[in-house]
Amino acid sequence: MSRRARPGETIIQGFLLFCGAVSILTTLGIVLVLVQQSTLFFGSGELDLGEFFSGTEWQPAIGKFGIWPLFMATLVTSFVGMLVALPLGLCVAIYLSEYASPRARGILKPVLEVLAGIPTVVYGYFALLFITPLLRSVFGANIVQIYNMASAGIAIGILIIPLIASMSEDALSAVPRSLREGAYGLGATKLEVAVRVVVPAALSGIAAAVIVATSRAVGETMVVAIAAGAGPNLTLNPFEAAETITGHIVRISGGDLSYDSIDYNSIFALALFLFVITFVLNIISRAVVRRFREVYE
Amino acid sequence: MNAACAPPSGVDYRVKLGEEFEQNLSSRNRSASIWQLIFLAATIVCVVALLTLLIKIVNDAFGTVAYQNEIDPETLLRSVGASADTTLADLPKEALAEIFQANVSAGLFRRYNTEKPFEERTQEEVLALVNERVVQPKIVKTWGLFESLLNRGAIEAQTAAIPNATLEFRSWVSAEFLANPQSPEPETAGARTAIRGSLLAILVTFLVSFPIGVGAAIYLEEYAADNRLNRLIQANVNNLAGVPSIIYGMLGLAIFVRLLEPVTSGVAFGAVGGGETSQNGRTILSAALTLSLLVLPLIIINAQEAIRAVPRSLRQASFGLGATRWQTVWNHVLPYAIPGILTGTILAISRAVGETAPLIVIGASTFITVDPSGPFSKFTTLPIQIYQWTSRPQDEFRNLAAAAILVLLVLLLTLNAAAIIMRNRFSQRRVS
Repeated sequence: MSRRARPGETIIQGFLLFCGAVSILTTLGIVLVLVQQSTLFFGSGELDLGEFFSGTEWQPAIGKFGIWPLFMATLVTSFVGMLVALPLGLCVAIYLSEYASPRARGILKPVLEVLAGIPTVVYGYFALLFITPLLRSVFGANIVQIYNMASAGIAIGILIIPLIASMSEDALSAVPRSLREGAYGLGATKLEVAVRVVVPAALSGIAAAVIVATSRAVGETMVVAIAAGAGPNLTLNPFEAAETITGHIVRISGGDLSYDSIDYNSIFALALFLFVITFVLNIISRAVVRRFREVYE
Repeated sequence: MNAACAPPSGVDYRVKLGEEFEQNLSSRNRSASIWQLIFLAATIVCVVALLTLLIKIVNDAFGTVAYQNEIDPETLLRSVGASADTTLADLPKEALAEIFQANVSAGLFRRYNTEKPFEERTQEEVLALVNERVVQPKIVKTWGLFESLLNRGAIEAQTAAIPNATLEFRSWVSAEFLANPQSPEPETAGARTAIRGSLLAILVTFLVSFPIGVGAAIYLEEYAADNRLNRLIQANVNNLAGVPSIIYGMLGLAIFVRLLEPVTSGVAFGAVGGGETSQNGRTILSAALTLSLLVLPLIIINAQEAIRAVPRSLRQASFGLGATRWQTVWNHVLPYAIPGILTGTILAISRAVGETAPLIVIGASTFITVDPSGPFSKFTTLPIQIYQWTSRPQDEFRNLAAAAILVLLVLLLTLNAAAIIMRNRFSQRRVS
């Protein structure tokens, strides 16, 4: 029996392959666009790469393009965010996976999903109009500025708790029952089972969750654009206002921006930097899962 | 531990060890229960954070406002000789017109008169004009819901210090808020343009991303052989899901807004530049294409899971009857997987509804009063409107932002509820 030619099938398969290729094209597009515009920026003769990576001043008006003030603010807000989200997220994950009754879990998981589904601009609103006044009343209005990195960081923390909690909980739940029962059989308490047996067994998944959450915190935009303040400021004090990489991109592109100006090209260089960081973090997290996953029968 | 390591001679140390075990056990149990409390407390903190966020928004979206009138209505009433216990609304049209003429410049009066003579206007219309142009109520101070309910006395005391101020309870989310276009005056500003912009952008995003996303998922699950290219596509989809949204904004800015400007501005299709079209690439279409790229990885991953859940036997039965691959997919796999695919797509789309950063980067207009009419219109969306209102220093704009947040959350809730209902409906049908 000879195989009948089916042009329709071929066309459909071609279309489906195209759909799959769109994602590759997207990545290529991102890389090409960012690299090309950044080349224009670095090729403009106004600065060199060394200055970009070592400079401590970002003032496009006088031709100073040092990434450190912006990068430092990104680091501070992400660090504060992780400081909030890491302990809380892990505790929630352990509670959900090891302690919670099915009923409690049925209530708590949707709460986490709601937290994860709230748009980030809403967290920005919350940071500026609730967390900031709270910080100012606790630490004093002369210490905490109206726009500050701490409140943005805390809001970022709340925002990534669901991410850490649900990814870690998946990893914890995947640990086989037999491991827990073995530990109980040796006389371990519930805490010892959770912390000394289950958590180490799920460590690769938890580590991946933390890395993904870090990448999310670094790339978070609206919260810092609203609450962290405008204007680059090289400082480690979380109570001061400072502009992050993402915040700067939003502020610059929100104004009237003329194509091929140095401002326009500079935000692409910043975006490339951001893309590389988050891309590397995501790849590391995948590698961690693949490399250190404990496989159980 | 010491006792176990260096037992004094002549003592039966097993007894000692037993005691120590008892002691240890109680301290182990204590730390276990303490930590259980800590884990529980962390979970409660998260729930409280969510509640605080919602309460804060509700608190800001309703509350007392103090209006201050440019000219007090009583003065106006006295000027036409009406008694003090009547209000402006009780006056006949002629008296209102007289008040209007007396209190605005002659030029302004003539302009309104040529627009539509006062004889032809109804009493309500003239009253509205008097309110808008003469009385000019301005919001001078606002209070949150809880303060309004619990601390009325303090609010009244504060208001007493403001001349000509009247207190009124105001729900910032109201029919007017939904129906009015954006305005620089917080008293009359609404979110209609933003809501329409959001809905239109989402519709186009869905139309673009759904077929491509499902197509890619079908390709990866049903067609792709396990070769290098397909592994690359799969890894790439997973990586794209982790790219910050603002990067997609940069991509959209460079490709859709700038490079494809003739297409996205509609010039290539002969769209004429009217009031609402922008004649550059900063249109609904650019926004929707950018958002499509942003949600594609999510749609693909969700659809893949739904397709993977289709039992193998279904496909084998279809192949066994001589169906081609596409016939199998179209007639058997997709109908089985469609509830899961739709649910996943709606969840992905609802992420796009709340996206702000990429749209700001591609240059959504922050201030437009004309409704978007099609894919080539300039636009604003709800999250952008929220961002813009939040960034203004005046309290009344923050109240507007809170109202817009409520609208946005209701929209998201509706989408999610739709996803859940759809899932339940389809799965019931399959059982019966």
